[in-house]
Order: sequence, then structure tokens, then C-alpha cells
Amino acid sequence: MLRADLRLARGGLDLDVSLELARGTLALAGPSGAGKTTILRILCGLERPDRATVAWDDEVWSDTDAGVHLAVERRPVGVVFQHYALFPHLSARENVAFGIPGEGGRAGQARRRERAERLLGRMGLDADAAGRRPGELSGGERQRVALARALARAPRLLLLDEPLAALDASTRSRASRALLDALREARVPCLLVTHDFGEAVLLADEVAVLEGGRIAQRGPAARLSAAPASAFVADFSGANVLHGEARPGEAGLTRVALDGGGELLSPDSARGRVAASVLPWEIALEPTSAGHVGSARNRLRARVTDVTRLGNRVRVGLALPQPLVAEVTAAGAAGVALSVGDPVLATFKATATRLIQT
Amino acid sequence: MSRDSGRTPPRSAWFWPVLAGSLSLAALFLVLPVVAVLTDTGPGRLLSRLTDDASLQALRLSLETSAIAIALIVAVGTPAAYLLAMRRFPGRAIVITIVELPLVLPPAVAGLGLLAALGPHGFLGGALARVHVGLVLRTAGVVVALAFVASPFYLRQAQIAFAGLDRTLLEAARTLGASPARTFMRVALPLAGPGLLAGVGVAWARALGEFGATLLFAGSLPGVTQTAPLAIYGRLATDFDGALALAALLLCVSAGLLAAIKLVGRADAAG
Repeated sequence: MLRADLRLARGGLDLDVSLELARGTLALAGPSGAGKTTILRILCGLERPDRATVAWDDEVWSDTDAGVHLAVERRPVGVVFQHYALFPHLSARENVAFGIPGEGGRAGQARRRERAERLLGRMGLDADAAGRRPGELSGGERQRVALARALARAPRLLLLDEPLAALDASTRSRASRALLDALREARVPCLLVTHDFGEAVLLADEVAVLEGGRIAQRGPAARLSAAPASAFVADFSGANVLHGEARPGEAGLTRVALDGGGELLSPDSARGRVAASVLPWEIALEPTSAGHVGSARNRLRARVTDVTRLGNRVRVGLALPQPLVAEVTAAGAAGVALSVGDPVLATFKATATRLIQT
Repeated sequence: MSRDSGRTPPRSAWFWPVLAGSLSLAALFLVLPVVAVLTDTGPGRLLSRLTDDASLQALRLSLETSAIAIALIVAVGTPAAYLLAMRRFPGRAIVITIVELPLVLPPAVAGLGLLAALGPHGFLGGALARVHVGLVLRTAGVVVALAFVASPFYLRQAQIAFAGLDRTLLEAARTLGASPARTFMRVALPLAGPGLLAGVGVAWARALGEFGATLLFAGSLPGVTQTAPLAIYGRLATDFDGALALAALLLCVSAGLLAAIKLVGRADAAG
């Protein structure tokens, strides 16, 4: 299990973070400049903090008080850098083989090469792609090479820095799916950094929101958006994520049957299992008795589970039964009965609904 | 208004012709001596010089000493430049100034300085004599003089090449279990390769043309320390045609060498 206690003040950054991670994927989420990447750099040893203890079980990696700093190359940590940092002069196979330990000589080289190809094959890259250099691979392929390379040393901890940020929107949904599968298969505890809460929800079991260099709140994503500990977390943990089954609908729209009931429409094309995301402030609440008014195509029956007032806004936790959070103005909430247990109609436009294939 | 626009050309019409004129002037001035050396000699005489023992001897000495000097410069300069590019340490700016000093030093001053430091009466001369190393009037002295004047050219270029590397790639290598030394060999060196080769090119060109420092420090003994530039100068008074022919030969060899280095660099970058 990873235990880390870090403190670092540099420039405008003032970090004071304690982390524990035993299994699964933890997303460290926060706006850019919050120090997320710095935390990863401290954990893998690339950055020396002012004060820190970093340990895996009883193996100490960093202890500034005792003057311990295990060299980067001796930490059993795999890192996927934001822009992947693949070696441009090596093929995908050589990139992966770079990290595989073992003796030199022809036999050792052949063995490493074979293992590299197996790892790439598991990521869905064939021998042809394995022979190509990073410059000749697509963004999604590069991401998979970077992941295979990070896993090549059989690390005990995996660090991912904005793993989807370097991809364009059209490949992101497929790449995130591949990443999710790979993480599940690798069964390595994983710390993932992202500025996108939706991405954190999709990829991680738990989310820790970083605010002003400190962890403001940590927990399952649904709990963070439904019961945020601060206004910052409320704003940041914006996107709702609903799971369901997609199929093509009429007029070019995709129809998603939500798990547990309900149906919504989105202009994004997808088929099969999907995660649909919608921002809380896109959702309006109406009494269930209301007739069909307004232009919102998505109208979902829900029950109120939670009401939090944040200044002139009201954050309403709903159950579809899947959890959904709406944020309305105090004035907008006035016309609707909002006590826990009340039925309401949550409405939002089809165009406000984004789909991610899972 | 309408009268003006009909008559006067656009205001900056003189500007581009001035630029083009300046470039033509510069190119003409720089190519003139080269053309003169080659046309004055003629291919026939050039070929006849290829069998002239004295010319060949000087040329071979130039190539051998400069090759050894470049090998030494690359062997010591590459790690030194890597350190200068990668680390900020106290006194770094002073060290950079020191290693770039020979760039602005007149070659004659450099030769004199080498003599004062490493010559028989220099302050390291006694120590060198005790281990039976003599440099003055020896071929080894030529190598020392060439290395002295040419190394800053390589060091500077190599430092730029290393500083231009994407640091994340070096960090990625470390996270993949590579020691700093392996990171240098497997990632930094191959990626900086084209820049390092360019450094070899300018340093070698400088070494091949070296005159003053070699003359003052190592002397001009035919077959021992008389490199091609020294041989050209030595022949100038008595045999102008011979000097010209050797000059043309040196020109061709240097140009060929530089072209070869560029080709290797391009093949490296493409492959």
C-alpha cells in the first residue's frame, strides 16, 4: 500500500497532501496549476519536495527527515506522461522493451523483444504497429504504447498524467475504453491525474479533488457530486454520469436506455454500453404534474434525495434511480416542491448530453 | 491624392532590391577567392600535385592530426557539454566563459599560451619532460594546438544540442529503470546526434584550417608538424603555383569532408 505525505512550496504552489492507496484507481482531480502533476513527480522521484515521506508498505522511497531518496530508476513505479514521452528514435516495440529488465546479449534481447510484443498485443497493437515509430502511430496507438511501456517493468504502482488529454475528441471515447480495460487487467494500483471530472468518474473508482494544494474531498464520484464538501468541489464535480445502453434513434439522435429505468437522447453517435454525461446546471426541475413545456427533449422522472443550498443556488441530489445532480437558482427552485422523497421531473436538452462509449 | 497614387511607386519599393543587392555582394565576395584558387590551378595541375610527395605528406598530416584532435574533443567534450546543458551549478557561467574563450583568442596568442603552459620552459613543461612527453616540434603538439582552438566550436554546438532535448524523454527513461548513464547513452546521445554531428563539422573545419597556434606551438617541420596550411604558407614565396595547387587540394578535401558529415547527419535523421 502506498502512503505518502508531501509538502512543497514553490512559486505560487503550496502543496500539503496526504495520500493512501491500496488498490484500484484513484483520480486526483483539480484545475490546472493545482499541483497534480507535481504530486506524481514527487511520488516517482523526479521532484524532491521540501518535506515528504513516501513509502510502499514498509519500503521507504522518500523520507526527507532521514535523508532518504530512492533514485527514480529504482522505484517500482510505472509512469504514463501527459504527452506520452515515447522515444521518437525507437519503434513501439523498442520503446516497450526499453523498460523490460534483463541481461544483455542476443538471447536476452530476443526475450525482451518477445515480451514487448506480447504486451503490445494485449493492448491490441499487432506486429506491424509494433515495428513503427511513434511518429507513424495515431494518438490512440501512442497512448497504448505508453501504457504498455509503463507496465513493462511490472510496477507496483502506476501513475497516469492526463492520459486522455493528448487525444482529440473523436478518438477519446474509444481510447478511454481501452485504457479502462487495460487498467482492470493490469490490476496495479493506479493514481491518475486529470482536470476533467467526467474523465475521473469514468476511469477511477474514487476521486480526490485537489483545491489550493490540499485534498478538499475524497470519495466515490457520485458522493462528491451529490454531497460536495465545499463550493469548489460542487463546481468542479459538475458532470453527472449516467450509464446505459445506446442504440440509434430517429432523426440522427442516439437513444440511451438507462440502467434502472429512464431513457434519454443525445446527438453523439454511439452503440452498446455508454456513459452519458450532463452538467448539473443544464438540468431544470419541473413538477411531475407539468405538461410538456419548453424544448428539452430529455425528461426524466426522479426522486429528490438531497438538497444543498449554496448561496443563491440550490444543488439537488436526485435518484433516477441512478444518481443525478441538478443545480438550479433559488428562484428556479421556488416553483417545485423540493423535500427529500418528492417526485420531480428533471429536464435537459439532447444537445447538453455527451456520450462516451464504455 | 489621386495624382500621387498614379505616379509614385509603393513606398518600400527600394527595400527588397537593397536586401537582394547586399546578399549578392556578400555571396560574390565570399566565393571569389574560392573560385580563383580552383580556376588558377586547373584540374591538370591539381592531379599532378596528387603525386607530389611533399603536398601529400602535408595533407595526410593535416587529416591525421585533425582526426585525432576531433576524436579527443568528442570523447571529452560530449559528456562535458551534457553536464553544462543539464545541470545548473555554481560557477557554471564562469566555466562556460572559460571553455568559449579560445573562440575570441587570436590563434597566435593561443599558440604562445600553449608554449608558456606546455613548452619546455612552461609551467607544466617540467612535469611533461619527467614523463617523457614532448610536444613542441612534435606531431603530438599539432594535435594539442588543433584541439585547443577547435574544441569550443564543438562544445558550444553540443551544449545547444543537449539543451534542446525534450527533458520529459530523459525523465521517462529514468522511470523505466535506466540509470543516468544509460539514459545518456540510449536516449540523449541518439536524439542529440544530428546536432553533435554539426558540431563535429564546424570543429573539424576549424582544425583543418588552423595555422597560427600550430606554427607558434608546434613549429613547421615538414613531415612532423607541417600541416597543409603551413605548407601552403611555406611554399608561397618560392612556388606560388605549388601553393595554389595545394590550397585547391585542401579546399576540395575540406569541402568533401563537410559534405560527408552533412550526409551522415541527414541519413541519421531520416533513418
